[in-house]
Amino acid sequence: MADATVVASEPGAQVEYELQLYYWMKLIRGFEERVSRLHRQNKILGGVYSGAGQEGLIAGICAPLQQGDVVLPLHRDLGVFLMRGVDPGVLMAQLMGKEGGLSRGKDSFLHGGDLSRGVFGSTSMLGSSLPVAVGAALKFQIKKEKNIAVAFFGEGAASRGDVHEAMNFAGVRKLPVVFVCENNRYAYSTPLEKQMAIDDVADRAAAYGFKGYVCSGNDLLAVLDVAEPVLARTREGGGPALIECKTYRYHGHSEHDPALYRSKEELLKWESRDPIQRFEFYLEKKGQDVKRLREQIDEKVRAILQQAVEFAENSPWPEVNSVLDDLYATPTPGMLNGRRS
Amino acid sequence: MEVTYLKAINEALHEEMGRDENVFVMGEDVAELGGAFKVTEGLLDAFGPDRVIDTPISESLIVGAGIGAAMLGMRPVVEMQFADFISCAFDQIVNMAATLRFRHGGRACCPLVIRGPSGAGIHGAIFHSQNPEAWFTRVPGLKVVAPATPYDAKGLLKSAIRDDDPVLYFEHKRLYRSLKEDIPEGDFTVPIGVAEVRHEGRDLSIITYGGTVGQSLDAARIVEKADGVSIEVVDLRTLLPLDREAILATAKKTGKVLIVHEDRLTGGIGGEVAALIAEHAFEYLDGPIMRLAMWDTHNAFSPPLEEAILPNTNKIVEAIKRLASY
Ligand SMILES: Cc1ncc(C[n+]2csc(CCOP(=O)(O)OP(=O)(O)O)c2C)c(N)n1
Repeated sequence: MADATVVASEPGAQVEYELQLYYWMKLIRGFEERVSRLHRQNKILGGVYSGAGQEGLIAGICAPLQQGDVVLPLHRDLGVFLMRGVDPGVLMAQLMGKEGGLSRGKDSFLHGGDLSRGVFGSTSMLGSSLPVAVGAALKFQIKKEKNIAVAFFGEGAASRGDVHEAMNFAGVRKLPVVFVCENNRYAYSTPLEKQMAIDDVADRAAAYGFKGYVCSGNDLLAVLDVAEPVLARTREGGGPALIECKTYRYHGHSEHDPALYRSKEELLKWESRDPIQRFEFYLEKKGQDVKRLREQIDEKVRAILQQAVEFAENSPWPEVNSVLDDLYATPTPGMLNGRRS
Repeated sequence: MEVTYLKAINEALHEEMGRDENVFVMGEDVAELGGAFKVTEGLLDAFGPDRVIDTPISESLIVGAGIGAAMLGMRPVVEMQFADFISCAFDQIVNMAATLRFRHGGRACCPLVIRGPSGAGIHGAIFHSQNPEAWFTRVPGLKVVAPATPYDAKGLLKSAIRDDDPVLYFEHKRLYRSLKEDIPEGDFTVPIGVAEVRHEGRDLSIITYGGTVGQSLDAARIVEKADGVSIEVVDLRTLLPLDREAILATAKKTGKVLIVHEDRLTGGIGGEVAALIAEHAFEYLDGPIMRLAMWDTHNAFSPPLEEAILPNTNKIVEAIKRLASY
């Protein structure tokens, strides 16, 4: 499958572009829901962090990315993998810990990356990927390449010192990096007010010498309105930027979390601002037959997911001794004396 | 009263907070939510938001602020949501806290407890399974404990809170709800720095701690029953400072030592234990000092990989048999 890069220059291409973005949001939502289901069925083990509800910002930020750009997704951003062209089956195998996954069973969920598509894997340590994004941007600057690095982080992660260090240096060197804050109002159970004394993370950008933007992450068009010019400007040497997308996660922090710390009304309020429905409404206004479109895309998504699950389920478990591979460029036998049984 | 390992920790916190108003709890999601694993459940209701404090995701701050308050006589118990994230606070622990008394010529102290769930075996993968104790067991000024039973979980936490030096308290998350024990109600402590013989034996010693104590006891019983080998199981309980006396006593008694831990082999505390025995009890040994530990790799996610790299009862049985045959 191709990645999400669509050039919206020729006439008619705009419609094509929008339909494609609609498709991506639907695929991501479908994938998220399938992952939750597989988790309930014990086919995906460990921690699962659903990004359902946040598809609008993923699509809006990834759409303007180009070949050679680097992106660092976080724990709710499986949509980034899909939009960068990672095969859904490979992603599913990753989540199941199978040999066919990105990390060949070595790590869970979204910690595996795919450098051929510019996706850097992250650790669980929130915020730790931002300095790495800065390093990627530094490379682009040193080599005078027209690429950018994009790092996603939650408003919760914004409290880590690494985030400060990354943004400060990015500002000093005017690096081609865009920091994307997914502000979904909760870090696990901790609401925004207990995390920071300001309303907008974007305000902090000023302290690092670059601009911060706030947009509704549940409104794809609003995200695009910000992301397209901002990413283009950074690409042209305009320096770093911080884009804050206000959004909400429908599920608990992880699938284990019933999220009793927030009200039903609040969830309902945000569900009524669903990014996919909102975009359907827009498409309808533009004269699209949304009902037909939805059916077609649902069908397509179902087929892709079925194939993905089949691929993952048929992928073998990794060979036990492979757990000692991939530690070094050249196997270093002296280091492997832990293998004793 | 029968309590889980988790409940024992929770009780220790309740009782110590009730006993000393300078004790307070701080960490991510510890107040409203009662912690990711519910270890701090009920504390907010009992002691209020000034003594049970939710923080942003800021491990370095959590430890650093704990240090500052401790220097002024408070007794903070700070939580790492998962022990894996302690690496984010490394500088505050090994530089700020550990050297504090030394730097101040003995005229300052840091009665801080840093606790957090460690350990593998629940599909936590690389960053929710680690046993980070050995990053710290070579740092003078710190104490490191790792309880293996509900009784010790409660007694060691109480001792840690009352201790005038920084104590790292690693609780094994696999034990939280799987382990129950009858423990006395009310106040008791378990001294830091003292190991415990969990099972007496004559022919061979297993020295272990934390998540592998139960497995070692199971393995010992299996081999005793099947092969009639008498096995002693020593639970270190404290990893810094090590109980040298207990280690050397069991080594001298049985002459064969198997060290078991879930932390990685290379650089794990087992190496230090082995060196102690080799130096001070060499003439008593009837076989090589053996170690069974996690393979020298990362906490892999895929179930067959996780299974392969971690110690378990069967692997301990095999290791006992190999050592017994010397
Ligand atoms: C350094 C660090 N501390 C704690 C955690 C545990 N943890 C995982 S996700 C999470 C909340 C994250 O909130 P946010 O960054 O806002 O992202 P969200 O989950 O809301 O998308 C916490 C505390 C972690 N992964 N890393």
